[in-house]
Amino acid sequence: MKPRSGWSTLDRPSQLAVVALGALAAGAVLVPLLATADPLAIGDVVARKLLPPFARDEAGGFHLLGTDRFGRDLFVRMMLAGRISLAVGVLGSVLAAAMGTVVGALAGWNGGAIDRIAMAAADTVLAVPRLVLLLVCAALWQPGTTTVVIVLAATGWMGVARMIRSEVAAARVRPYVEAAGALGVPTLRTLWRHVLPNAIGPALVATTLGVGSAVMLESGLSFLGLGIQPPAPSWGNMIAGGRDLIVSAPWVALAPGLTLIITVVAATILGDAWRDRLSGEAPVRALADRA
Amino acid sequence: MSFSLIVRRVAGAAALFWLVVTLIFALVRMAPGDPATLLVSPSATADDTERLRAELGLDRPMAVQYARWAGALLRGDLGESFALHIPVVRALADAAPVSLALGIASILLTFAIGVPLGLAQAMWRGRAADRIATVATAAVFAAPTFWVALALVAFFTYGAATIGLPAWMRLPAFGVRTPGVSLTGWADLIDVARHAILPVATLTAVGAAGVARYARTNFADVLGLDLVRAARARGASGARVLVRHVTGNALPGLVVLFALTLPGVVAGSVFVESVFAWPGLGRLTLSAIAARDYPVVLGAGIWYAGAVIAANLAADLVLPMLDPRRRSTAT
Repeated sequence: MKPRSGWSTLDRPSQLAVVALGALAAGAVLVPLLATADPLAIGDVVARKLLPPFARDEAGGFHLLGTDRFGRDLFVRMMLAGRISLAVGVLGSVLAAAMGTVVGALAGWNGGAIDRIAMAAADTVLAVPRLVLLLVCAALWQPGTTTVVIVLAATGWMGVARMIRSEVAAARVRPYVEAAGALGVPTLRTLWRHVLPNAIGPALVATTLGVGSAVMLESGLSFLGLGIQPPAPSWGNMIAGGRDLIVSAPWVALAPGLTLIITVVAATILGDAWRDRLSGEAPVRALADRA
Repeated sequence: MSFSLIVRRVAGAAALFWLVVTLIFALVRMAPGDPATLLVSPSATADDTERLRAELGLDRPMAVQYARWAGALLRGDLGESFALHIPVVRALADAAPVSLALGIASILLTFAIGVPLGLAQAMWRGRAADRIATVATAAVFAAPTFWVALALVAFFTYGAATIGLPAWMRLPAFGVRTPGVSLTGWADLIDVARHAILPVATLTAVGAAGVARYARTNFADVLGLDLVRAARARGASGARVLVRHVTGNALPGLVVLFALTLPGVVAGSVFVESVFAWPGLGRLTLSAIAARDYPVVLGAGIWYAGAVIAANLAADLVLPMLDPRRRSTAT
């Protein structure tokens, strides 16, 4: 059965989530382009530093969320950071799902030893909390954007791999797959055309939900100084940048968290709504990732 | 549950632990850089480095190194910290009580708040209160732990000063004790407790939001079962339905949830201990990462992974006692 599609079939929270994510993505692309001041440049520090939200500076420039210790506009920087944070989150989650799909399809299709090895590997990585894996990897390799994306993929593929594996293993014995084999369709083409389209739904849900946790994990690593490195702004390292000002100018640290929370909530709502349509089960494991 | 099944479960957990330990060993060896070059003093010659490599066994074949390392691990020896120059086990044991204190206080509060909240939401599903709670728990759960921590600090320092809260409500935000004052007995205990309020509140807020979200679904599923409707139809009171029918059916789900939460208690929270400057396992791990103190990072990782596997095993063994359907030896 094909799920219904279209805007009107979405419930109100899902519509809000789509609008919020769209607005954030548009803001991340457009705001830094349209901003009058360079979000990385440091201007008249003394006059502009640590202005509170809704303040105007001496030149009349309006600062929606105030300014940081160098007088840079927090709203513009937050949107610029959104480019990196959203890109890393989406990329990390999509790569993880792609990897999981390949591993799961191999395991489910071939069965036997390959299956057992792949699932033992998945169980092994699942047994280590994702944050611990991320921290260990960040400790061992040079921190940076590429490392974060690779590590997010390497620690996020297991759920999708398991789902795809069971779907593929079930589809493998279906008559239409057998028919394809009998007609001489190459294995890869059978997998791609006939097996995966039936197995991909839950994997897409996991990817959507994964964007939220990837964005969250990236922010955590960056907050600890092990993720995106300044001066490139990400939501996590912006929060870290305002950390020592928390008792005197709390908006510097707290403002970038708002877009982060909106992103994670929106990704969760969309993933949940989508899952409800496919009627899967709730991912309890997300709870364990919050050390 | 049969004895052989128990044995199989324990053996499975042990095998998994061994795989995890191997994974962690492999990760370190895949990392660029040689531990010996990090250990020697900057003025050391190439000969000194070579001698140290021989001393640490780093010049031996990989299989030998692995066997030695795994053997030491079996004896409970995690090696010596590069930076602290004490056994890793000692470093972990020193930091553990701090993490445990925060963890136990917060997991108790997390379940004491999260489970009743989830139950209440499930019972009054769709009403305004449920919707407000759903939005609130979703938002708190979506907020990174360190952000919640910083928001609480901001409120009780900057916020308290701005809106003029009385002095006793301005909670200390950093450290375990007030620096520069030596207190004893009750005064010391109260001082520590006041310092613990914000870290525990942070862990509880994030934890309870997650538990409530899960418990709501869990209880809603149980309340929708035919047996609950049948009990109501027989005229059983609301309280009797809850105690006799709902609790038992909801318990396995909550046990799984508890097993997932438990490892965090013994492993400590990197973010909370970092923001509030509590010297627990999380903070030890972070400073070890900063100092490239691999043995400590690995020790902490193994400890955490061991806790996860142990908690899962415990849940696997307890669940059949709570749920007869899980007693079959099929899996």
